[in-house]
Amino acid sequence: MRTRFTVNGKARSFSGSGMKRLLDVLREDLELPGTKEGCGEGECGACTVLLDGQAVVSCLIPIAQVAGRRVATVESLGRPDRLGTLQEAFLAEGAAQCGICTPGMLMTAAAYLRRGGRADDGAIRRELAGNLCRCTGYQHIVSAVQKAARRGSAGRPRKRA
Amino acid sequence: MRGDAEAAGVLRPRTPAEAVRLFQKHKDALPIAGGTDLMVAWNAGGLAGRTFLDVSSLRAWSGIRQAKHALILGSLATHTELQRHPLVLRRFPLLAQACATVGGVQIQNRGTIGGNVANASPAGDTFPPLAVYAATVALVSAGGPRQVPLLEFFTGPKRTCLAPGELVESVRIPLPARPPQRAIFRKVGTRAAQAISKTVAAGLLWLKRDGTVEELRFALGSMAPTVRRLRSAEAFVQGRRLTPAVVREAVALVSDDVAPIDDVRSTAEYRLAVSRNLLLRFLSEPR
Amino acid sequence: MPAVSKLVGRNAPRREGPEKLCGVAKYVDDYALRGCLFGATLRSTIARGRIRSVVLDPAFPWHEYVVATADDIPGANYVALIENDQPLLAKDRVRHLQEPILLVAHSVRAKAYAALAHVRVEYEAEAPLFDPEQSQAVFKTFHIARGDVEAALAGADVIVEGEYRLPHQEQAYIETNGAAAWFEKDGTLVTLGSLQCPHYVVKALKASFALPEEKVRVIQAVTGGGFGGKEEYPNVICAHAGLLARKAGRPVKIIYDRHEDMAATTKRHPAVIRFRSGATRDGRLVAQDVEILMDGGAYVTLSPVVLSRGTLHATGPYDCPDVRIRSRVVMTNTPPNGAFRGFGAPQTLFAAEMQMERLAHKLGLDPIALRRKNAVQAGSTLPVGQTLRESVGARQALEACVKRSGYARRARECTRWNRSPKRPSWRGIGLALVHHGAGFTGSGELYLGSRAAVTLTREGELRVLSGSTEFGQGTTTLFSQIVAETLGVPLELVTVETPDTARVPNSGPTVASRTCMMVGRLLREAALELRAALSAIGSPFPATPSALKAAARKLCGDAPAKRFEAVYRKPDWVSWDDKSYTGDAYEAYSYGAMAVELEIDKATFETGIRGVWIAADIGGVIHPLFAEGQVIGGATQGLGYALLESVLYEGGVMKNARFTDYTIPTALDTPRMDVAFVPSPYSLGPFGAKGVGELPMDFPAPAVAAAVRHATARFVDALPITPERIASALSKDAA
Repeated sequence: MRTRFTVNGKARSFSGSGMKRLLDVLREDLELPGTKEGCGEGECGACTVLLDGQAVVSCLIPIAQVAGRRVATVESLGRPDRLGTLQEAFLAEGAAQCGICTPGMLMTAAAYLRRGGRADDGAIRRELAGNLCRCTGYQHIVSAVQKAARRGSAGRPRKRA
Repeated sequence: MRGDAEAAGVLRPRTPAEAVRLFQKHKDALPIAGGTDLMVAWNAGGLAGRTFLDVSSLRAWSGIRQAKHALILGSLATHTELQRHPLVLRRFPLLAQACATVGGVQIQNRGTIGGNVANASPAGDTFPPLAVYAATVALVSAGGPRQVPLLEFFTGPKRTCLAPGELVESVRIPLPARPPQRAIFRKVGTRAAQAISKTVAAGLLWLKRDGTVEELRFALGSMAPTVRRLRSAEAFVQGRRLTPAVVREAVALVSDDVAPIDDVRSTAEYRLAVSRNLLLRFLSEPR
Repeated sequence: MPAVSKLVGRNAPRREGPEKLCGVAKYVDDYALRGCLFGATLRSTIARGRIRSVVLDPAFPWHEYVVATADDIPGANYVALIENDQPLLAKDRVRHLQEPILLVAHSVRAKAYAALAHVRVEYEAEAPLFDPEQSQAVFKTFHIARGDVEAALAGADVIVEGEYRLPHQEQAYIETNGAAAWFEKDGTLVTLGSLQCPHYVVKALKASFALPEEKVRVIQAVTGGGFGGKEEYPNVICAHAGLLARKAGRPVKIIYDRHEDMAATTKRHPAVIRFRSGATRDGRLVAQDVEILMDGGAYVTLSPVVLSRGTLHATGPYDCPDVRIRSRVVMTNTPPNGAFRGFGAPQTLFAAEMQMERLAHKLGLDPIALRRKNAVQAGSTLPVGQTLRESVGARQALEACVKRSGYARRARECTRWNRSPKRPSWRGIGLALVHHGAGFTGSGELYLGSRAAVTLTREGELRVLSGSTEFGQGTTTLFSQIVAETLGVPLELVTVETPDTARVPNSGPTVASRTCMMVGRLLREAALELRAALSAIGSPFPATPSALKAAARKLCGDAPAKRFEAVYRKPDWVSWDDKSYTGDAYEAYSYGAMAVELEIDKATFETGIRGVWIAADIGGVIHPLFAEGQVIGGATQGLGYALLESVLYEGGVMKNARFTDYTIPTALDTPRMDVAFVPSPYSLGPFGAKGVGELPMDFPAPAVAAAVRHATARFVDALPITPERIASALSKDAA
């Protein structure tokens, strides 16, 4: 079975069982290991990607259901030598400690900002409730998202010069 | 990470008719929509070698539309769509509130009302609202369509009256003749967010002009193998004024209609005490 | 004078931050190793008994698999740690559910797991022991005494007594345990793991594979959280991966899924603590008598040290002349418990602080006044015989916390709120004051003999070499700041080497809140030596890459590099006697106070936190933002311990071993926290620093319990303080 979809703006495809998880296709077949597995239950959010702009947990999505759809992963937000504005806010606010929850956290935050999410502590916490972090206690993460919201960052990738 | 993809099959019908036909042919296939329940079992390795019937791309089953005297929720309507839909927000706010408590946003974006109902968890947060809104479930199979009231649709914990080859097409909620005087949705979970409920309540109260009860509808989840309406309490208050004595009696009748248990999340004692308190608050406080 | 502006005390960007933010940082499972197989573990399904037989289903295609058992262990079948009692793979008997018996590997991960169902183990089950209070198998005991506690209690104006029950707690790092291993052509065993202590793993692999030091190499991958849960457990998983790799002749990766990680790996030691405190009428402590029982699980692992730290912290940061602490840790047939941030102190400090709460209540004294009356200061002598010399910021932390929280005003407001029966909730405010020793206990640092080095290559590359690991706490950035500031070079010119035991010295484990104070100190010493050498050749404080390169060429001459290594030296004044267990237990203690205001719903008994204020003395603050991050993160884990996290054991194993059922705090459960550091430099710490990693784990639970008591007039002496426990306490009479 061949499934075609878009990842980070590029047309990609996968040949194999439709039940292979989107998470594994990204990590193993498309060489995009930025998305992480934390639980396999849809509880921790470490595997969050955007599917047609919505935050979803990729550990619970069979690749067959991704046919014809648009996927965005953390790799679309920036590069170490060219961080996106949301990533810059995370760096400035100390929002990443061990970093394993960070890709998922960034994607959920990106979806929130792109929907016009405001710099409201409570609203941000509600939005991030499906992304578990064990290191930070969330405060610096919330500050980072607030900072990005105030700066008008839509969490979109920087346009290439 | 234990699901063996190479040993699993996926059927992808393009229309509801094809879905029904395929399901008739492969009766032991597992229908999958948002996958938020099924894929957890898959990841644990429990569904080895199964065939999946992927209904997620059946457009006819997505969306929310208004019929003559009811709202029809397509079985593929997600929790996110439901909590944002203007008609749901205006006419069925308890359902909107419940959808916002079902897991984190990632789960809400994928979980469907049809999958939710077919999964029939005793702790389903949308079920008390659906129960007080008198929802019915529309089923379809090779043998044709049928409608089942929600409370008859659930037959036990994670068990429904779905016959082999039968799929959930939509959930139908009748528009109430007039808005209630009081309405409540309250979930008591293991933590503030993204938690399985210990008890989950939905209530609607209609009062007559003379202050007596026209109708009370109160439902509890996680308090029995399936969602329960508090029939005894509802019958008792009917036609009565909600004096402290009446309210006390109604609250005492809660235990007649529920059967809470001790489990990993809570105790029967706590669940019953809290459920009583929730009804007490609902019937006592002016809104 | 250095031309570069100050780095220490400022918030340098996390050195490895960009890689983590872009999903480019490589955790163990991100490594694509050519020809790699995936390993899975067969675990016992009984809690105690003999293994009669292990049979592979003959109808299963085992030729596709690699299988390893205890018979395949070339060296010793034990996990080298304190005692060598824990088998690497069970052979004749099992002592706990989930004990590893057999390993399989396959090129497809799911198929490795699927094979486990095709192995049949026959047991002769024996009656297991689950209740630590019934266990006669004692791993370790301690007895610390000063004065005559019975006489002091007899003479006290008032006595309060309590029994406190602390549960298991799961570390719940978001990246599970995982390791990869392979053999090089020359026979070197290489392992890449999610781990905190690469040199611990070396020791374990040497023993199990009968290999000399040069033939074992351990590399730390970027690690997604540790909290102690990856202090000693990697000894097991790295060796398992190695066993399969040895048999397969190919690399093998073992990555646990969440359920296996929760059910099978180490947890915080549960404890039962009985405590009697005596005081004068005006609130001066005269006696503290403590009995501690900890449950170590089936094997010793780190139980003696956990018990030690718990024992040494058991009476809290208070002056008290007559003290007795009797502690023991025992065996039960449950998965072995191990290190988790705090390491015995969160358990015992909960009891100590609850006793202060009881005393305040019985005496009718304000809890703050009681702390003021008894808190240690410079010159205080601890029960173990240590006189606190300097940097004793307990009182400063207490005052700062009380002031910033507006404690007195809030306490009055909560009391007033609770008077009205019409309110839908009860409110309360509580405070806890704690201490936490930095570094290894007693002679531990001497025993470790830690080393760390700074190297300058001929090309002008400045490298920090240490076995200390980064897993979120900021090790890499802290070390960079310390070395760069000492040398007067920009931060970017310092590179911290990946902890790879082929390249870095043994700096001791990254645990015990020791990394900044102990290893940071070594690096400062090494950097000072380099600075002196640069000054000697007339090239001090090179502030640019070209200046550094020029200086390097001058310094190195023909040599490829010059290395400056520092080894731990015990400060002259530190004196410890292992036999009597007396003396200077820790070089320095950090101190902290936390106030928490909360609200309890009268209908559902759910607790909502209205505010958290924390003030801490951690010595010199190297990186304010990271230090704050450690405090907030640790306090959040502590709030989980206090309110949310319940490890449910049934039949000797964790019943709720998944995130759905083991609920850690989400962003919505966690309040904003006000954090302040009080100035209290430690003269022997690098730039005055002590430790911060574990301190914030100690104050949340007792602060919450104190607030609950204020709100409900009930003492809840067991954790977590769930709505069910509150409801149950309320059904009994008020305290």
